[in-house]
Formats: sequence, C-alpha cells, structure tokens
Amino acid sequence: MRDSIQSLSAIRERIAGDWQSGKAAAWDMALSGHAALDSYLDGGLRRGQLHEIFASSADDNGSAAGFAAMLALCATQPRKRTLWLRTLDAPRQGGRFNSAGLAELGGDPAAFLMAVAPDDTVLLRSAADALRCTGFGSVIIECWGSPAILDLTASRRLTLAAGQAGVTAFMLRLGAREQPSTADTRWSVQSAPSTPLEANAPGHPVLDVTLLRQRSGPAGKSWRMEWNRDQRRFQDPARNAANGNDHSAAPLSGAVVSIPAGKPVTHSWGFKRRA
Amino acid sequence: MRLAAINPLAGDEGLAAGMTLADARAMVPELQIYNSDPAADEDFLDRLADGCTRYTPNVAVYPPDIIIMDIGGSAHLSGGERKLSRSVKEYLGRRQITVRIGLASTTDAARALAEFSSGHHNSEMCAIEALPVAALRLDAEGDLGLRRAGLQTIGEVASRPRSAIAARFGTRAVFALEKLIGAAESPLNPRRHEIPWVFERRFPEPIASKVYALKVLHGLLEEAKIRLIEEDRGGRHFEASFHRVDGRVQYVQVETGLPSRDTKAITRLFDERLDTLADPLDPGFGFDSVGLRILRTDPLKPHQSQLEKEAREEDNSAEFLDRLAVRLGRNRLLTFRSRDTHIPEKSQVASAAIHDTTQHNWTAATQAEPPVRPLQLFDPPHPITVIAEIPDGPPKRFRWHGKSRDVTRFEGPERIASEWWLGGDDPLGAGQWTRDYFRIEDTSGRRYWVFRYGLYGRETSDPQWYLHGLFA
Repeated sequence: MRDSIQSLSAIRERIAGDWQSGKAAAWDMALSGHAALDSYLDGGLRRGQLHEIFASSADDNGSAAGFAAMLALCATQPRKRTLWLRTLDAPRQGGRFNSAGLAELGGDPAAFLMAVAPDDTVLLRSAADALRCTGFGSVIIECWGSPAILDLTASRRLTLAAGQAGVTAFMLRLGAREQPSTADTRWSVQSAPSTPLEANAPGHPVLDVTLLRQRSGPAGKSWRMEWNRDQRRFQDPARNAANGNDHSAAPLSGAVVSIPAGKPVTHSWGFKRRA
Repeated sequence: MRLAAINPLAGDEGLAAGMTLADARAMVPELQIYNSDPAADEDFLDRLADGCTRYTPNVAVYPPDIIIMDIGGSAHLSGGERKLSRSVKEYLGRRQITVRIGLASTTDAARALAEFSSGHHNSEMCAIEALPVAALRLDAEGDLGLRRAGLQTIGEVASRPRSAIAARFGTRAVFALEKLIGAAESPLNPRRHEIPWVFERRFPEPIASKVYALKVLHGLLEEAKIRLIEEDRGGRHFEASFHRVDGRVQYVQVETGLPSRDTKAITRLFDERLDTLADPLDPGFGFDSVGLRILRTDPLKPHQSQLEKEAREEDNSAEFLDRLAVRLGRNRLLTFRSRDTHIPEKSQVASAAIHDTTQHNWTAATQAEPPVRPLQLFDPPHPITVIAEIPDGPPKRFRWHGKSRDVTRFEGPERIASEWWLGGDDPLGAGQWTRDYFRIEDTSGRRYWVFRYGLYGRETSDPQWYLHGLFA
C-alpha cells in the first residue's frame, strides 16, 4: 500500500514538473485541423490565452460569431463546458442565440451556458472570473463596439485569468475597430462562397480568415477554410470540391414527392434536396 | 364622503367612523382629513405581521386590521401567554398603535374576544359566553332577530337547540356559533408555511452596524452548517432577514446550483447579492434581530476531498456559476432545452442554469449536410424586399440593410406550417400562415436564412419576405 502511494506521488510530481517546464506544451495547443494554418501558428491555437475575432464588415457578424463558436469547439476539451457571455443589447443587434444552430455546427447545447450581463463592465468582470474556473473549456466574450472600459489593462487581466486555469478566451469584437490588446492572436473573418452541393445548394460554411496579429510570431496571412461539422475541424475547401465533383460518391437521385401544401416538409432538420 | 377611521382626539369630540364628512365638518369645523388608502393600510399590516414573526412563525393577516398569531408551543418562549400579550402590546404600542388582544383556543374566538370582550372572566368559555350576539357576525337582520328573541349573549344562544336556531336564522348562524365555541374547526391560514431550517440571533440592544449584522449572519450560517452536516444535507436556497426596530424587515435571498454548506462561499454570495440590491441594506435605527432560513435543502453526503484534484475543480465552477447567477440575476444565466416544435424561434426553452442542472439530449445534426439552422436568429425577423422570378419561387435578388444582394445559390423551400392545432378558437388555422424557408448564398459568399410568410394565392396575394438569421 505504502509503495503504491509513493509511486503515485512520484508520478504526480513528474506530471506537475512537466506542466511547469512547458514540456506538455502540445497539450496546450488546440488544433484547428487546417494543416497550413496549424503549421503557421506553430502547432495550433494556444489554449489558456485570449484570442480576438473581428468581423471584417457589419455583414460578416454572423460569420464571425460562427467562427468564434467553431474555434471554441476546437479548443474545448471533452467533458468541459463552454460559456458565452454577452450584453443585454446584443440579441437586438446580433440576434437571439439559437441552440439548434449550435448543434448544426457540431456543438452540444447541453454543454453550453449563456450569460447575459447588463453592461460591458459586468461583462468583462464576469469574463475574468469565468476564465479562472477550470470547469470551462472555453469562454466566448461577445463585445459590441469599442467600450472605453476595454483597454489594455482589461485585456491584460483577461489574459492573466485565462492563463491561470488554462481556459481559452475568445473575444468576439463586433462593430469594433482594432485597438491595442494583449491577445495572443487577432483574426478578421469574412464569409466566402461555399462549394455548392447538388442542385446548386449552398454548401458547408466557408470562411476567409486573416491572421491580423500574432504575439509570438508572424502575421498577415489569409486562409480560406471550410468547417467540417462531423469532425469538428477546419479543412481546405478545395478538397471537398473534388469530392463534390466525384459523381460516383453522390447519392442517386430518385423520384421526389411533391410537397403537400400546408404541411411541413421536414420531420428532422435534414430534408430532401430537390434535384 | 364618509369618515373611514378617526383618532382618539376626534372620538372625544363626538365623531365616529361611518359619519358623513359634511356632518363631521359641521360638528368640528377645524377637522383635519386625509384620504383613506386601503392598499397602504394593508401593506402596513403586512409589515407589522412580518415583525410579529418574532413571536411565532405562524402569523396570519385578516385585513383591514387583524393579525392572528398561532402561539401554541411558542408562548413559553416569551414567558407565558400573559407576558407575551404584554410584550406584543408594548412592541406595537411603541408605534402608537392601539392594540386589542384576544387570547383563545380558536381563531374565531380570539377575533371575537379581541373585538367585543370587556371585563375580566375566569375562563375562556365564560368570556365567550359573555360576548354579545354581534360576535357571530350575522347580517343586520339576523342580529336584530336574535336580540328580538331575547338572546343577548353567545351563552344564551348556545343553550338553545341548534335545530331551532338553524330553522330561524339559517345554518350560517349555527356554523358561526359552533366555530366560536370551538365545536367546529376554524383553521388558521398562515402567511408562511413553517420551515424547520430557521436560525435567529436577537440582540439586547439594536445594532446599527451593517458589518456586524453580516458577521452575525456568518455565525448563523456556521450554526446551520452543524445541523446540515448532522442531517447529511446541503442548502440550495438561503434567506437572510434583517429585522429593524421599527418593524421593517429586509429579506435577502441567494441560491446555489449544487447543495452547499460551505459557509464562506455562501457568505460571499450574500455579499455579492447585497452589492447588487436596488434597495440597499439600511440599518435605520438599528437591527434588533437577524434571521436565517434555509428554504430548500438537498441531500449532500460528505465526500473525501483532495485525493483527486478534478473533483475540486468541478466545485470551483459550480461556485462560480452561483456567484454569476447572483450577480446577473438567476434568469440571465441560461441553459437550453429543446422543444418539440418546428417553429424555429420556439424550438428551444431557455431556463435558469441554477435551477435546471439536468442534462438534456439534443438531436444531432444530419451527417455530411451543411448547417440548416443559423447560430443566431433575429428577433423579430428583419423584413426584406425580394425580387423573385415567380411569386412562389426562390428569391433572385433582395435588399437588406440598404444594400442589394444577388442570390447565386439557394436551397428550399423548407416548408414550416403554422401550429394550427394550438390555436384553440381557430381549428383551421386560417389566421396563421405557412413559412417557406430558403437557405441562400449571395455573390460575396454570405449565407442567409430567409422565409416567405404566407402561401401565395392561398393564404395571401402579396407574401412578405423576412431574413431570419445569418449562417456562418
């Protein structure tokens, strides 16, 4: 018994040592799945850091929010939860959160919490507290405009808090201009034409993302990425296009039943595409 | 206008409640009048009843002017019934309130004694029998009838056969009589149900320091913790009450997501709550007692701590969520549950995370299909102007936010009919229209979720288009 306790504590010390010396750094990287991006970022998105996401124009707010959710899905470890913090007037501007949409991106609404703060001050204070909480895998902070309170000090506070418990923070900046911050990476997101499916239907989400700034490395490069919901990772849209052109893989079209008027077409969210 | 109530001075001048104002003015020209406000009176009575919880937890209010306390089992705490009545008289008398106290074993008898009793009697039954017949609270006719029959007191009425009384004055009179003399039940309807998790500290002198009051609260929590550990339970919902000397009571409540007896964490929750109060804790002339009630407890087994680090980490997040729920308000920290409906904006129920800790299952999205629901829905949907080739076809070009967008790809319609079976008065659902949803993509690669409201030609001749959400 005593022996096993000793060996247990020895193992524990070794693990703790690894953590401190940064040997376990690979654990601390969230892979986006997009090979070019991951290698450019030197192994992926750093966990326990603050990442900023900007929409490249007001029309791309939906894409930026989607990108934040996708990155959070990449960064959140299994059995951990995601917290989305927003202010009271955010639903008016960006729309009400729709958990079916999160499920459609590959997330699990049951492991998801939404907190609504009355103003930006409470938002940032709650975010800093949330980041110290090990029960969360990632925290998305939706911040509209450029509030005066969000200065270098505030962002430093968030970075420190995120580093403490290893929770990844995604600051979603909508309708905002760039300003100095301590974020590890800063992204600009724009939607891009998707690879069409049969019958010229819009395909999987494709985004043009630009790495505006990286604290510990080069920046300024852009990638076009497609979100693979089933594997919860990004990929090159081109590869999917090849698949799409491969007609042998496509399901055979059959007779399509005409839609009865006054009745819903679907039973689940997947429905027959009319060729 | 009539006088609703008078003060003793006016009574000395010969005025009485119920007199018309003109008569009263004629008798006392310098009369000062104030509008009667029954709602405020009721509030005041409520506040007094709150204060009376210091004598017993079972307090009932009968507006406009009656408070009934169930002192069974709690009278001895104040040193007996007599001392308790004296204490109540003093407590309320300090506020210039005229108090009449009736002590009896049933609520009706106590009310009647307080209202009509005069003089001293040897026993409760004697006192009740000596009451005038008005104590039965019959209507004017019944009252007069009883007195015409020569029955002046309750005792005299009670000595008659019940059947005779019932025949002449109705069963109501018999019932009132039975309740008065204790032969029929007259239960008390207390304002609050009795809760066993009650802790209290009274002070010999009022304390005016908020800090000290909070320290006392912490002490009460420690006291509660001992009992909680004994019974293997943890509190979920705590209520602190600060009793002021002027009878006002301030309540502060906090809730936790998991059962807890961590006094430090709960004290922190109370601190957080007190910071966010719109009506801050005000000692006024001082608090004379501080109470703590645990309104909800759940089983909480003692657990071995510190062996596995992860267990501790879980607690850390639960505690944070409690604090966040207190800071933002319990309804601003949400989890989502799916609902069985096709209407997109109704397909989820947001519930307070602190209340709803169960995990819910969600339908997984169809494999290899692109997302068919956006992450956020506009509420309400944004109206857009659409150019379509045919009235019931997909959009060709549309205008949103003052910009025209050309559609390159579309998929749809996904037809979602209204839930006509829910509209009770309209079985055919004629007033509710069908929505045809389209997923569309424009030339710049942005993806939208739009719908046409109403079937062309059947439900409307000019269907409106709306943008319901943006896809990533």
